[in-house]
Amino acid sequence: MSEPVLTIENLSVDYLVDPVVHAVRDVSLTLRRGEVLGLAGESGCGKSTLAYAIVRLLKPPAMITSGRAVFHARGGGDIDWGDLGPEDLRAARWDKISMVFQGAMNSLNPVISIRDQFEDIFTTHRPAMSRRDRRLRCGDLLESVGVDRGRLTSYPHELSGGMRQRVMIAMAMALEPQIMIMDEPTTALDVVVQREILRELTRLRDEHGFAVVFITHDLPLLLEISDRIAVMRDGAIAELGDAYQLYTQPRHDYTKQLLASFPSLTGDRGSFLRESA
Amino acid sequence: MAAADTVTVNLAVPRRRPTLPPMTGKLATGLIIAGLITLFGLIGPLLVQDPAKIDDIGLTPPSADHLLGTTQTGQDVLAQLAYATRGSLIVGAVVGLLTLILSGFFGIVGAYAGGWLDEAFSLFTNVVLVIPGLPVVIVISAYVAERSLLLVALVLAITSWAGSARVLRGSTLSLRSRDYVLASRVAGERRWRILLVEILPNLIPLLASQVVFAVIFAILGEAGLSYLGLGATESFTWGTMLYYAQNGLALRLGAWWWFVPPGLMLALFGAALSLINFSIDEIINPKLRNQTRGARRGWRMSREQIRRAKESTL
Amino acid sequence: MRYLSRKLGFYLVALWAALTLNFLIPRMMPGDPVEIMLAKLGQKGPVTPESREAIEAMLGTDSSRPLWAQYGDYLAGLANGDLGVSLVFFPAPVSSIIAQTLPWTIGLIGLATIISFLTGVGLGTLAGWKRGSWMDNLIPVTTMFQSVPYFWLALILLFLLGSVWPVFPLNGGYDVYNVTPGWNGPFLASVVYYGTLPALTIILSSIGGWMLGMRNMMVSTLSDDYMVTAEAKGLRSRRIMMRYAARNAVLPSISGFAISLGFVVAGSIITEAVFSYPGIGSALLQAVGGNDYALMQGILLIITLSVLGANLLVDLLYSVIDPRIRARG
Repeated sequence: MSEPVLTIENLSVDYLVDPVVHAVRDVSLTLRRGEVLGLAGESGCGKSTLAYAIVRLLKPPAMITSGRAVFHARGGGDIDWGDLGPEDLRAARWDKISMVFQGAMNSLNPVISIRDQFEDIFTTHRPAMSRRDRRLRCGDLLESVGVDRGRLTSYPHELSGGMRQRVMIAMAMALEPQIMIMDEPTTALDVVVQREILRELTRLRDEHGFAVVFITHDLPLLLEISDRIAVMRDGAIAELGDAYQLYTQPRHDYTKQLLASFPSLTGDRGSFLRESA
Repeated sequence: MAAADTVTVNLAVPRRRPTLPPMTGKLATGLIIAGLITLFGLIGPLLVQDPAKIDDIGLTPPSADHLLGTTQTGQDVLAQLAYATRGSLIVGAVVGLLTLILSGFFGIVGAYAGGWLDEAFSLFTNVVLVIPGLPVVIVISAYVAERSLLLVALVLAITSWAGSARVLRGSTLSLRSRDYVLASRVAGERRWRILLVEILPNLIPLLASQVVFAVIFAILGEAGLSYLGLGATESFTWGTMLYYAQNGLALRLGAWWWFVPPGLMLALFGAALSLINFSIDEIINPKLRNQTRGARRGWRMSREQIRRAKESTL
Repeated sequence: MRYLSRKLGFYLVALWAALTLNFLIPRMMPGDPVEIMLAKLGQKGPVTPESREAIEAMLGTDSSRPLWAQYGDYLAGLANGDLGVSLVFFPAPVSSIIAQTLPWTIGLIGLATIISFLTGVGLGTLAGWKRGSWMDNLIPVTTMFQSVPYFWLALILLFLLGSVWPVFPLNGGYDVYNVTPGWNGPFLASVVYYGTLPALTIILSSIGGWMLGMRNMMVSTLSDDYMVTAEAKGLRSRRIMMRYAARNAVLPSISGFAISLGFVVAGSIITEAVFSYPGIGSALLQAVGGNDYALMQGILLIITLSVLGANLLVDLLYSVIDPRIRARG
């Protein structure tokens, strides 16, 4: 069992409206270095809210009401994400934890070029980097996700959905963060493109060793790519376990239900769930 | 801001019935002011003396006999104001109605029909839009010696509908391709029925805001025209009052009771309509309510909590 | 390229429409403008056959010639730059009156509009960025200003800053007694001094619209997905504000320029009237007052063409700053 890179302790998020909505309830989990942690659950179960809460991107009226998220740096030394001042918080974002969003189709600025959106990251976080190095690095990053470096001068509308998502992943790797949070990154894509991107992602993870929090409602997909899976329901974690174990021996009723809701190729409802002993 | 044809207007489309605007302070203030002024325009003329009646008392400040004083020729300012309010409101109402018809026709019908008709209507709309309206109105007024209030309103409407038509076209185009519209089409509903039942109701907030704009524009435009001496002849409006006040040197003589009331009415009425439009805008584009002062009232957050939240996010 | 040719095509159509409108107005109106004008011109001095012809081409004669032939004469006259003779400024030709007054108007309206646009958009950016702050309350105040008619605001400004505290001159475009027009310091300083109050009127009246539009677009833009990306990227808030939010939010303000410019031009004509500014708006009103139909039509044409030109420029600029539009065509 490898060392942890992120520890979430008793994290709760409320929407402070009338009546108060408890979006995330007392969630604790540990993300290990280099693992893919799947976060599954139906829409509205609070999985995206949890992801935003980790990097403190929640907009009011959503608020972290208790708990904390602690990042463990590679060389030792902990960073309590909640204690960071505005400037430190800004500097830590993307550098330590980067994100790929749900609306990946719209998460690129439509009116500035891909290159400008890439270089933004370096000019802000690596001001010492020379212009030439920046250009080179942007091109390399694009190629590493299988996009031609000539695409740097393109604008988002000139790229296909799959390509945009690859660009987003390349950007997320720009500063070699130790954690990448992916919020429904492939939901809007067709199955073939989705496959390709997931394969790419697995390869990149093996090469660079970043940990991934992969959020989706698509449990079968998670079973395939995750090391461990957390199943969320009503803002709380219903079950957390090894992916294979969760698949073969689901303990929580909700997990069983969820697994049963996906048909197998033969079409029998529930046959996806392999009856365990 | 009016959206261009390249910008899709974000419509929060409830399937059918658009919600009524929530009664906010802004909306209530706007409705009350606009309502009072309208009431004054409707009832006022019945209660006051003849606004054109000349009296040899000349220019007098407000008194018990003349609540708002008199003009140079001893005409009662309050009486003039009542008739002027009615006049200006008539212009606003007529232009509002005509704009509704014209922009609805060229904007909604064109966009809904699609094809060459849309192309033609859209081209026509854009051409009318880039030709500045008021200079044309000035020139037309110069040719016609006897101008009725209705003629002025007609000319103002003809030169001012295009902006609304363009906005409406944008929204109709986006509504037309909504799933439920396509569904009713597949279900074999008649085209005019789809337009009336499925599309129009969702355009109501936008239509309302465009009409309100048109009314503001018309009243201001008429005032400007009258101020130049090119407004309706033989009628009272806020603009003609200002024109006579200016010609009677009211400003130099310090006769504030003559030139302040019509200007104030203009400003108040315009501001009231703008306030109403704010509320309509927030229905058309619900994003406008995000994170604003109004939205915050619904939160149960302390100032301290908001301050902390602002530190970490935009 | 496609976008460009489409736009140019559109402006050609608009140009044709403007020319035709200008041709039709005097012919469709009651009365006989040519007779009125010629009669009045006759009182001022001998009317040469050339100027008679020019006026007839512009304003239309009685139906001795078919309409299409008149249209031809009219277009030929325009091609030669011959707009006829002015009645009010007899015997100056219309074109020279326009040449004299247009620079004043373009200078005044152009500068005032640019200042107002930049300030309004700047304030709107801040108001949208800090949405929920006290600046939200500023919006109704600026709209109030917008609902005040230009001339009313002009009169009040004139009353306060011209009469009560005589800081600025009451009317005119420059100090006619003490400076000589030309590229010299005193003259330019005088122009700026005399132009301040009219410009202030235009700015105060139009700034609210720009500000409100920009503020609303900012608020909408801020909830777009790419804003969250920019934030998650750890960019500095200044950069997010300028490069992501304002950059995108300003686009509709620019494409809505056509609509706004019409209002500004209209308001400016009236402003010029209040300040007796030596621009084209004042000339138009003098023409209207003196039944100088030739001058009136000439000025209407020039105003329309200027607005078309300004819009064309803005459209070209727009295609530079919004890459999507170039692709869509």
